[in-house]
Amino acid sequence: MKPFSWRCIRVWQRNRDVFFRLWRAEAPGFVVEPILILLAMGWGLGAYIGLVDGQEYIEFIAPGIIASYAMFSASFECTYGSFTRMEYQKTYDAILATPLSVEDITVGEIFWGATRAFMTGTVILAIAAAFQLVLSPWAMLIPLLALLEGVMFASIALLFTSIVPSIYSFNYYFTLFITPMFFFSGVFFPLSSFPEIVQNLSWIAPLTPVVHLSRALVGGEFHSNLLLALAILIALTALFFSISLVTMRRRLTV
Amino acid sequence: MLAIKTRNLSKRFKDLLAVDDVNLEVEKGECFGLLGPNGAGKTSLIRMITAVSPPTGGDVEVMGKDLKAHSRQAKAILGVVPQLDNLDPDLTVLQNLTTFARYFNITKDEARQRSMEVLSLFELENKINSQIKELSGGMKRRLLIARGLINTPKILILDEPTIGLDPQGKYLVWHKLTELRSQRVTQLLCTQNMEEAAALCDRVAIMHQGRILSIGPPRSLISSYVGDKVWEIELNHREREETVKNLESHGLDFEELGDTIHVFHVATDERPAGLENFAGRVRERPATLEDVFLRLTGRSLAE
Repeated sequence: MKPFSWRCIRVWQRNRDVFFRLWRAEAPGFVVEPILILLAMGWGLGAYIGLVDGQEYIEFIAPGIIASYAMFSASFECTYGSFTRMEYQKTYDAILATPLSVEDITVGEIFWGATRAFMTGTVILAIAAAFQLVLSPWAMLIPLLALLEGVMFASIALLFTSIVPSIYSFNYYFTLFITPMFFFSGVFFPLSSFPEIVQNLSWIAPLTPVVHLSRALVGGEFHSNLLLALAILIALTALFFSISLVTMRRRLTV
Repeated sequence: MLAIKTRNLSKRFKDLLAVDDVNLEVEKGECFGLLGPNGAGKTSLIRMITAVSPPTGGDVEVMGKDLKAHSRQAKAILGVVPQLDNLDPDLTVLQNLTTFARYFNITKDEARQRSMEVLSLFELENKINSQIKELSGGMKRRLLIARGLINTPKILILDEPTIGLDPQGKYLVWHKLTELRSQRVTQLLCTQNMEEAAALCDRVAIMHQGRILSIGPPRSLISSYVGDKVWEIELNHREREETVKNLESHGLDFEELGDTIHVFHVATDERPAGLENFAGRVRERPATLEDVFLRLTGRSLAE
């Protein structure tokens, strides 16, 4: 693994400039969709659901929706987005002719993916707050959590991007990895509904610790499992960040 | 001091030895041409010299410094014009240049000023706010060259810079490259256009199957490989055998290209002996770099 430099900011700036030119096309996916899910599931389905502790269902799912859509943002950015830049637009080839290195590009892309997660997480948090679903001032830390979560999911996505042959391979990534996490990481129902073996398995899913942390911050209720969740989140982030640096170098230097 | 030096440079892709033990020295301030058929290894060689692709063997020095240890510094003084369009389609013409300048850590004001300079150099001033997809193929190519100059490079590396340009565009580019040469900007020009190489380059190297076959100024390559003049004889195949025999018996240096025989190294202005009977179908023309190219790299398709 080779080190990256501060120059990765140049890649981040390039992506930021493009985003603020074209953001209107992206807004529905990351603002409107989570609101629809929140309302349909929370109010619609929620009317038929009684939670054990008397909590409103919409209150229960809001922190998970924040975590999930932050995940989606980083994942889309560093799969379809990065792959398009790499293979179709040859943007990385052009950048490699300048003083930037493969590692600068990789880290710039990951930080940009994380920034997308940060923005999405913050926007949905604000919406949830407007619906009076945010109960604790600890929720102020949600954007920070979304950023860290974003680094993790952007790294995993970019790792996958660096090894796939074609853009169609991302169907597997979303169908077999991202979507199952959306349903089985405790976003829509407590993991305790599952048999014990599934409960333990769900801790493998990187979204699970994020949902736990997000729910604690939004609700202001802390328990000892959260330290474990934070440790898992940090460890997975460091692991996939490092691997993606290696696999991107392998992909881009021929 | 040399601008670029390669020592025993080679590049292997699985079963293919794309660049085979290349030793190249490009002097500061010269325009050096790299010629070769498709698949000769020119682009692979250039990718190693621009620190994009790691060599399988050997090393590269740019301005006297080892490229492996100083790739950032080297890339900061190189201007690279790739063969394939990799302009940023998400950005406008001006943003393409200012964003590229930012990769070189050029300040905002300077980037804007420099962008306007290179745009006017290649007559693109009235396109500054256009989208890339609105540009014609020729404009894209000019913008690519303009982008390669954004960091005021000491060494400019061009891979087929005039491919796809109309004659006006081609002469504009040639003119600008000649101006850059008079400002002592070193140029490494990769091309298949022999006219271009002869017009622009101080020296050329002819590359084939990963190896450099010959290096020298265009004129001296021409006189040593084909002479100053070429006689062309158009033949139908009935006459072929006899004519070939005749030429051989006179000890002439010739080659066949389709239905035409090219005779080289004819010393006098006289029609070469053995060609007396082909009045009207024999003509004399000045030898070009293309004759050298075809002689050295063979008649048949390389790939």
